[in-house]
Amino acid sequence: MRRGWFLPLFATLGFGFLYAPIVSLIVFSFNESRLVTVWGGFSTRWYGELISDGQLLEAAWVSLKIATISASLAVVIGTLAAFVLTRFARFRGKLLLTGMVTAPLVMPEVIIGLSLLLLFVAMEGMLGWPAGRGMTTVIIAHSTFCAAYVAVIAQSRLRDMDESLEEAARDLGAGPVRVFFDITLPVIAPALVSGWLLAFTLSLDDLVIASFVSGPGASTLPMVIFSKVRLGVSPDVNALATIIIGIVALAVTVAGILLMRQTRRAR
Amino acid sequence: MSAAPDSPARRKLALSPAMIIAPLVVIALMLVRRWLFLPEDLVLLIGAALLFAFGGFVLGKLVGLPDRWIVIAVPMLWLFVFFLVPFFVLGRISLAETMIARPPYSPLWERGDDGGIEIIASLENYRFLLSDALYVNAYLSSLKIAGISTIFALLIGYPIAYYIARSPEPRRSILLLLVILPFWTSFLLRVYAWIGFLRREGVINNVLTWAGIIDEPLVMMQTDFAVYIGIVYTYLPFMILPLYANLVKLDGALLEAASDLGASPVTTFLTVTLPLSVPGIIAGSMLVFIPAIGEYVIPALLGGPDTLMIGRILWDEFFSARDWPVASAVAIVMLVLVVLPIMWLQSVQNRQEVQE
Repeated sequence: MRRGWFLPLFATLGFGFLYAPIVSLIVFSFNESRLVTVWGGFSTRWYGELISDGQLLEAAWVSLKIATISASLAVVIGTLAAFVLTRFARFRGKLLLTGMVTAPLVMPEVIIGLSLLLLFVAMEGMLGWPAGRGMTTVIIAHSTFCAAYVAVIAQSRLRDMDESLEEAARDLGAGPVRVFFDITLPVIAPALVSGWLLAFTLSLDDLVIASFVSGPGASTLPMVIFSKVRLGVSPDVNALATIIIGIVALAVTVAGILLMRQTRRAR
Repeated sequence: MSAAPDSPARRKLALSPAMIIAPLVVIALMLVRRWLFLPEDLVLLIGAALLFAFGGFVLGKLVGLPDRWIVIAVPMLWLFVFFLVPFFVLGRISLAETMIARPPYSPLWERGDDGGIEIIASLENYRFLLSDALYVNAYLSSLKIAGISTIFALLIGYPIAYYIARSPEPRRSILLLLVILPFWTSFLLRVYAWIGFLRREGVINNVLTWAGIIDEPLVMMQTDFAVYIGIVYTYLPFMILPLYANLVKLDGALLEAASDLGASPVTTFLTVTLPLSVPGIIAGSMLVFIPAIGEYVIPALLGGPDTLMIGRILWDEFFSARDWPVASAVAIVMLVLVVLPIMWLQSVQNRQEVQE
């Protein structure tokens, strides 16, 4: 299949399209001028401003806490749901659970956010809990929709794994709980790690759902960035983007190298 | 091996690692709560969930229920309360009236004069949605924008996916990593990057003016064009990955056979590669089309005031107009007209795959 120049050229343009905005974002974060797209000389002053921006740092801290806890909860709920759906042949409500696990994946964020907010308001009216909205409500919202993503990943791993291992453990007298923790969990652990990372990223990235269910004092990083960006371009957002892209690029590269080494060893 | 098997009675009470770990988690959370400024009710919620799980487990043992009931109950109950019940609340509030109150809608029932309970529900909000052309247009325009964006994402993503799938190994992994990398960075910041590109004094206008191609800066921001670019750009990785996963499995022998039999590369592509990649095309298109319909951030940041998208209408109805019942009605209509058909389509597709 040597078709000459078309595919390589197109792919190069495609990757250019993917990366040009990111590169310009990074370049202009080192721009002296406040006018983001006019070059005024090299400077790191926006990084300095970023570090002294208390509101942004506070929001980043809130977001990290929310993402960590939500991802952990999502892994627990998602793994349980996936386990139940793949290992239990038939039970009442299986169809309902299948639906509730797959629906969040196709549900527009605005609907998830609005409906959960209305639930929280109604619950507050009837039960007195949650009293107002804040970090807890965001965590509940995030762990619920992230659990669906974790469940999808865990389900495919659970289906692929060799069930005879579990059978062997059962035959040797291990109870179901023991089998799960000694056999199933270690085998599906890599899938759960990637599920956790996905949930963490989704939570850290979410603007829409958090905007609906958050309250005073619990503004997440995307919420603060959005309110800044809405007013136009601002160079400190570029600086922040550069830092985030740097961290992600580093993490992905390290993960990629580890993965490549692993597959090479497996071969 | 002659280790005596646990007697059933002992096995029942054997401490599993989970039974030790779970209370420790709650205690640890309690300890770090103040230090990390975690809300108290969150720790209580997690504690309550764990208590429910273990209480239910022990109770189930005593009553003689199979162990699995609690394993089913925990995810079921969580998703039921925090995913399914909200839709009933949504439906109920879509039947209410807007009121200046906290919360800003009328109650569903009231005590009548004779002491009975009167249920107050009206379809007024839905009638309002139908009577105002804005909402109908917004639904149609969302479908149109999502559809056209999906087609462009496919046209751009297909050759890239094909190129990656045909690349030799070290390069293939690196290119794949390059496709995935933007996905892990912030979605919001990637949309923001385009503001710097498309603005009046943005990169594109600067370059074109400098090159002498245009005299007047092009107006690109706050147009539908910018929204298309934004959607195609942010969702392109979702199109490329399933296409790649499909194309990489393509048997090279088929292509060779076709060309040996005298087919031109174009004919080979149209008669062999393209038909075989239809599942990838469907998967990728769904992954772009579905989130694009309800998109809020992209039209809000890149679109103009006349860019109608239903996610944005819902947002404005809720945050700007503070009309919760109408926002709920918009959501319910979106659910019925857009989400349910997609879910139905997917379940049909899954059933077909299972049959194959």
